[in-house]
Amino acid sequence: MDLRFRDAVPTAEERDAVDALLGPPADGWRGGERDAAGLQHARGGHEARDRRDLLLPALHAVQDRLGWISEGALDYICRRLSVPPAEAYGVATFYALLSLRPAPPRAVHVCTDLACRAAGSGDLVAETTRRLGPAGAPVNGATWHESPCLGLCERAPAMFITEAGDSPSAVSAGPVNADEVVRAVRTGAGALEPEAPPAVSVPQAGSEDLVLLRNVGMVDPADLDAYRARGGYTALRRAFDLGPAGVLREINDSGLVGRGGAAFPTGRKWSATAAQPDHPHYLVCNADESEPGTFKDRVLMEGDPYALIESMTIAGYATGCHLGYLYIRGEYPRAEAALLNAMATARERGLLGDNVLGRGYAFDIELRRGAGAYICGEETAIFNSIEGERGEPRSKPPFPVERGLFGKPTVVNNVETLVNVLPIILRGGPAYAAIGTGTSTGTKLFCVSGSVAEPGVYEVPFGATLRELLELAGGVRENLRAVLLGGAAGAFVRPDELDVPLTFEDTRAAGTTLGSGVVLAIDDSTDLPGVLLRIAAFFRDESCGQCVPCRVGTVRQEEALVRLSAANRGAGANGHAAADIALLREVGQAMKDASICGLGQTAWNAVESAIDKLGTFQEGAS
Amino acid sequence: MTQSVDLGLPTRLVDVTIDGETVRVPEGATVLDACEAAGLDIPTLCYGDTLTPKNACRVCVVEVEGSRTLVPSCSRQAAEGMVVHTDSERARHSRKLVLELLGSSVDLSTTPRADEWMADYGADPDRFGPRAEPVQAGARDVLHTGHHGEPDGATAATVEQPPKVDNDLYVRDYGKCILCYKCVDACGEQWQNSFAIGVAGRGFDATISTEFAAPLTDSACVYCGNCVEVCPTGALSFKTEFDLREAGEWDESRQTETTTICAFCGVGCNVSLHVQDNEIVKVTSPHDNPVTHGNLCIKGRFGLTHVQVARKERRGREPRED
Amino acid sequence: MVLWGSNARDTHPIFFHHVLKAVNSGARMFAVDPRRTSSAKWADRWLGIDVGTDIPLANAVAREIIHAGLANRAFIERATSGYAEFAEAVEPWTLEVAEQVTGVPAELIRELAHAYATAERAQLCWTLGITEHHNATDNVRALINLSLLTGHVGRYGSGLNPLRGQNNVQGGGDMGAIPNRMPGFQDILDADVRAKFEAVYGREIQPRHGKHLTQMLEAMDEGELTCAYIIGENPVQSEADAAHTVKRLSELDHLVVQDIFRTATAELADVVLPATAAWSESEGTVTNSERRVQRVRKALEPPEGARDDIEIICEIARRMGHESWTYASSEEIWDEVRSLAPIFAGMSYKRLEDLHGIQWPCFSEDTLEPPYLHGRLWAEDPADRGAPAPFAALEHRPPVDLLDDDYPLRLTTGRRLDSYNTGVQSGGFSSPLRKGEAVDLSPEDVARLGLNPGERVAVISRRGRVVAPVRVDQALRPGLAFMTMHFPDEVDTNQLTIEATDPISGTAEYKATAIRIERLNGEDAVATEAERPINTEAR
Repeated sequence: MDLRFRDAVPTAEERDAVDALLGPPADGWRGGERDAAGLQHARGGHEARDRRDLLLPALHAVQDRLGWISEGALDYICRRLSVPPAEAYGVATFYALLSLRPAPPRAVHVCTDLACRAAGSGDLVAETTRRLGPAGAPVNGATWHESPCLGLCERAPAMFITEAGDSPSAVSAGPVNADEVVRAVRTGAGALEPEAPPAVSVPQAGSEDLVLLRNVGMVDPADLDAYRARGGYTALRRAFDLGPAGVLREINDSGLVGRGGAAFPTGRKWSATAAQPDHPHYLVCNADESEPGTFKDRVLMEGDPYALIESMTIAGYATGCHLGYLYIRGEYPRAEAALLNAMATARERGLLGDNVLGRGYAFDIELRRGAGAYICGEETAIFNSIEGERGEPRSKPPFPVERGLFGKPTVVNNVETLVNVLPIILRGGPAYAAIGTGTSTGTKLFCVSGSVAEPGVYEVPFGATLRELLELAGGVRENLRAVLLGGAAGAFVRPDELDVPLTFEDTRAAGTTLGSGVVLAIDDSTDLPGVLLRIAAFFRDESCGQCVPCRVGTVRQEEALVRLSAANRGAGANGHAAADIALLREVGQAMKDASICGLGQTAWNAVESAIDKLGTFQEGAS
Repeated sequence: MTQSVDLGLPTRLVDVTIDGETVRVPEGATVLDACEAAGLDIPTLCYGDTLTPKNACRVCVVEVEGSRTLVPSCSRQAAEGMVVHTDSERARHSRKLVLELLGSSVDLSTTPRADEWMADYGADPDRFGPRAEPVQAGARDVLHTGHHGEPDGATAATVEQPPKVDNDLYVRDYGKCILCYKCVDACGEQWQNSFAIGVAGRGFDATISTEFAAPLTDSACVYCGNCVEVCPTGALSFKTEFDLREAGEWDESRQTETTTICAFCGVGCNVSLHVQDNEIVKVTSPHDNPVTHGNLCIKGRFGLTHVQVARKERRGREPRED
Repeated sequence: MVLWGSNARDTHPIFFHHVLKAVNSGARMFAVDPRRTSSAKWADRWLGIDVGTDIPLANAVAREIIHAGLANRAFIERATSGYAEFAEAVEPWTLEVAEQVTGVPAELIRELAHAYATAERAQLCWTLGITEHHNATDNVRALINLSLLTGHVGRYGSGLNPLRGQNNVQGGGDMGAIPNRMPGFQDILDADVRAKFEAVYGREIQPRHGKHLTQMLEAMDEGELTCAYIIGENPVQSEADAAHTVKRLSELDHLVVQDIFRTATAELADVVLPATAAWSESEGTVTNSERRVQRVRKALEPPEGARDDIEIICEIARRMGHESWTYASSEEIWDEVRSLAPIFAGMSYKRLEDLHGIQWPCFSEDTLEPPYLHGRLWAEDPADRGAPAPFAALEHRPPVDLLDDDYPLRLTTGRRLDSYNTGVQSGGFSSPLRKGEAVDLSPEDVARLGLNPGERVAVISRRGRVVAPVRVDQALRPGLAFMTMHFPDEVDTNQLTIEATDPISGTAEYKATAIRIERLNGEDAVATEAERPINTEAR
């Protein structure tokens, strides 16, 4: 490509960070030293351009080493990968965790999202601001930011610390107080207590009833032998015995549906992908768990990483894939490390690679790290992100099973969905289908947080009631005001509706959704308009910006909520509340009807349900 | 150059029902094509007849029976038996809201037909409150992705900002930008492959930008003006047009448009000269032309405009000898 | 897609859009060019040959195709002649020998040969990198050889594509403005052709070839040609060895220049006839590089006193006593052309309008021919196939202007994106891309000569000397320099170039001049905006 570069020059360190990922430059035409022997020929073209998918990893490499991405560094990446600088800039600025302006090496992200908000992150932020200055201001080699949900809701309020350098680090912590935040900003994660083991997030750990969580807390997640001793990799052997068609039959028979929120039948998705004549096929594991209030996938990955690797291998086998991508959100360093270790050890033992288990099937996994963009969890945005494009959702049709990653047939599954494959293969589809209800089969993980005694991930068969789940979590701490089901894109349930069975069909009938399994209990000490405002701010920040209803609608929604909240506090005229609610409804309807993807389509759900079911902003309500 | 190979295959036709009327269109045609065949005038903004539909603006949405959400007519292929309602309450509501959301956040004063559509749909962009003051030049280029200040609710946020005038050929007035992606697509892989601009940032803070918001003169821009050709709002315009508008002298009723052939290389690009008062004020190219598909290079787009000025100056200096 | 001696990205940008469509759909592209041009940067393989070694490269590619068994034997036998002699001529050009002569690694030559021969469809495109040489015609024939060897000709998607540099250079030939053809490429030596035209023109047509431009200029030296009428051409600045051209034109008995600008050539004229701009102030047709005849239309009122070319020519004819030279419209003239030249017969103005132009040939108003030529070569019936296409056995003849210790650098010339030829048309707009003329040199040469980027230096050839700033260009390698002729008023590059012309086409060897660089002293050497390097790919 006839790319044009400006005059910025990368530092040796920036080059080194990129070269550590990509290897040395092929020649002087692609970022290398000008080589006297190579001035009369060049290899380039398609070859030079076909690793665009390494753009995001290369941006991470520089961000991790230097704490920010200078123009020289960006240009160097562009030379190495033949990517136009303007495009690379567009990609880099898409992600909240990448900085294109000078930033200190250490960044502390303090979660202000739903669960952390309920747990007092407001005071935490106020205190931090008082002691360190406003968010974003540099403090002695560090800076701190407010952050959307970090997926540590069972340990709210939480923070996430990244430290750039030769050996970059990223650490999650929670619950934290202002002292700890200040200490982290001033001296780094080393000054904190080590993070508690994954089992603390699973109050049921060790229980005989657990299916998906059975290994969490019971095995060393870094120990492949321990995993195998608990029956690991027997499902893969059984899958090889069944053959791809047999696996598909079991999955179909199991009635498994996707756990990412859309509840699409997994068997249908797999069968459709397997049947596509176009090759190669790709598997994408969606571990970009970013729905506020959701942390189940993190716990699975941290506590039982081999289960996911084995599940992906079976999924790849059944659908005709030889390469799977595991896309994990950037705020999950411990899960990422666990998975990288699991992949490496599995590879060493022939459980990934050219000849898995000696059965003649080749399959491997590439892990890709997100960089702070909720939208990349959308099933087509994740493709764009992996491909090195902006993580914008694609228009459907075509659907991923026809044209997905790199334009090829692709099966995309959420982490929890995939790990269900193991019990299905081991027990058989029909036996699995006997668990739960007729249309919601199996067990489900719920991310219980907020005003409960024991927040954490809980596994119950479909059909358990919300009340039973809350009781399992030690009951509600204070007077329950509402329960938010499904996260920011979900809807509220009133205290008088707690007997709703937790199934896809029953929650839908009750005007709410299971979504990603978020169960956020809100007591009456919580400022509900504030919760709604946080949800609105979240969507305004996380909208990719492609379509007008979502891009501008989320802005107008937040503005109206600001007015309504002010009026609610008595800080503004209340006379326009009805007009603003009407405005919200109209904007919300257009977002729901006309947005490209689920983000915009659901951005008004929670607000709508608060208004309609809880009476928020109505006369005399709060 | 682009004549297609006739494979001799008959084009299959599909029947779709649009507002109760059955329309027959070739397989592969879009719902928008079918609507046009039915004589309907669906508003479009981000749709471009030379570009792959981005379906970002959503002003062309229609209701298709069996579809949970509304469907962008510009990109959805018409399928046999499809039943489409273009004028349903739901479809009209979303179109109206899209117009209002855009109208409240973007300067649509030079968007062709915007006023007409606003009236048709009863859109009232002012109902979100008074417009926020335009931000200072460059302020929207340095926003922190994923972080925004809480609004005060008193005003409606806009993208308005001063125009970027950094060269003599064309102007980027991003206060008029609806982020339709057409300029990016025309500059990128679909036509020009210069990739001088991309979409940067995210959500409402997204902008059309060079790398690090560098001035155009320091970017990969080759001034083909193919972005200007496809811009639906006048956010991108010829400097000549921009200056005439500023001076209040732009008058399309006094303009003629004549298509001829570019005077430079041998490719034979069709150039449409927009002439006001015997001056070329803008150069476009027919979108259905098999040579250009609406595209030109710097010489055809801008070199002709100035050649005339230069010639006049030179002629003015020289005595005539005929 | 092979781009050989063409930087279409800059010189034919909209044509290159079509190339990029193919590339982005997976087509492979090879670029053969001494410079790593913006086109070459898109290529899967760039072969940076030494200037003037096109025939060795083409011969080596041919030899490799033959030896690898990739030649299209059936096509060669049925549709070509002279293969045996050709095969013998390329036999010495092994990959290794070619590497020695062209500077391109053998492996890349091999890759080009295999990719071209095995492609289902392949285009070979060239521009002045092939034709601005003393052996231009041989260069072209070397490329034709490759297409005949592989059968990449006369089929949809496969062919030879010389990219025309000017908007109607093809149309000029179409209309008979070449020394040997009547309109529609009808042979002037053919009595039947002449008779057809004579019947309409009412004049006898001389049964002999005229002179091409270079021959005309030479005829001026010999006093054979004493009067010139130049329409829309600026030879003083466009011809190689400018000083020589000025001398020739100055010594003519009478010089008439008809142009829309007061060009440097017009400055020498006895009479200047101000014309209207053919593309915007008159009606008519032009023919583009793909033989597409298209309408030009009047969009502007011409300045007072300027007159349409047709009007001027007819007026001169009438003053010479030919009263019949009156036409109501350009369409009437075009219809006369259509009646006399079968390849345009089907192109009514209406049809040109409706179909966005039509590629010739177009024999009748209800038909269109395929968009490619030479399809006859594939005909089953030998009668339809016609005369076989001849291979040419070609020898390597290096550039005339030899490099030696006094003139050690090879200067080659070309166009930049925003400018055009001598800048008469393109110099008048404010292009942000324009950085002024410079002598572009490799970083290695700039360092070796101890020059500072932006410093003004003397560029000296065996014929002339110009002063230009130095610019570093990573697209160049040691020993190779690049300049354009876009700014003759500042840097008259054609003072340097050699008037070594191809005997058949008459084109001069603009692409290969031997030069040296000398530093200037003091203020003359003051730095300029050429200080900033271009093509900064390496770290």
